[in-house]
Amino acid sequence: PAEDPPPLSPRRNVAKPAKLRESITPGTVLILLSGRFRGKRVVFLKQLESGLLLVTGPYKINGVPLRRINQAFVIATSTKVDVSGADVKKFNDAYFARPKTKATKSADGFFAAESQKQELSADRIADQKAVDAKILDAVKKVEFMKPYLNSRFSLSKGQQPHAMVF
Amino acid sequence: RLVEAGRVCLVNFGPLVGKLVVIVNVVDGKRVLVDGPSTVNGVPRQIMPLARLSLTIIKIDIEPGSRLPTLMKAYKAADVQKQWAESSWAKGIAKKAAKTKLSDFDRFKVMVARKTRARVVNTHMKKMLKK
Repeated sequence: PAEDPPPLSPRRNVAKPAKLRESITPGTVLILLSGRFRGKRVVFLKQLESGLLLVTGPYKINGVPLRRINQAFVIATSTKVDVSGADVKKFNDAYFARPKTKATKSADGFFAAESQKQELSADRIADQKAVDAKILDAVKKVEFMKPYLNSRFSLSKGQQPHAMVF
Repeated sequence: RLVEAGRVCLVNFGPLVGKLVVIVNVVDGKRVLVDGPSTVNGVPRQIMPLARLSLTIIKIDIEPGSRLPTLMKAYKAADVQKQWAESSWAKGIAKKAAKTKLSDFDRFKVMVARKTRARVVNTHMKKMLKK
């Protein structure tokens, strides 16, 4: 064509954070489907600004700490735990962001000494305990809830996820 | 169990699956005239192939071709609903239906209950075997 193509307009579509499923409300027990804690049943606390879900084991029950999870890798069960006592206002994406380490550009940088193991700060441990304390109280009130959260989910023969009620 | 007027059957195929119906008359070797009765479970009087019906042991006393009032009288006299509910067939259906509705937490509780029961049974069994 004789004319130059018009300059591309600036990108105006920004991906919005994922809409929270109606079945997921604070206190819902979720089944994690992927990642280190796959199969674990955890308690949902709130959705963060990025769209990720903030969950906790509670840590004392199944070893899952305060963690961010993507909604897509989760099954929401119909079981709810009372988390109204837990204060989760201070947690946001910045809290969980990894500290940026300067990339070493030396030749053996790739095979360099092990990536610095992140030490667990006392703050994190304190936050975990504070949030979990209230949730544990609520869990203790429901019979079988503690061993339930401690167990892992798995499919046995004949079970069809699409036909199951969660 | 004979295909006859008054035989109560369970529909096992088609849009009326799971409903109890009464055979009112026989059309030919493959089809029967069937009624809910319509005031009991909303199944209107219609012709249904026998292949869609599973016969039960319940039978009510009617003449072939009885109309709704007579049918209802006999239906109530035999108390079909009660007979059906007490049958192990109906109980099995109810059990299956309840099982599909279990939530994840319910399934966990069932698993714990089964293990507890198994433990009690097995410890007792071992004691008996020792003797």
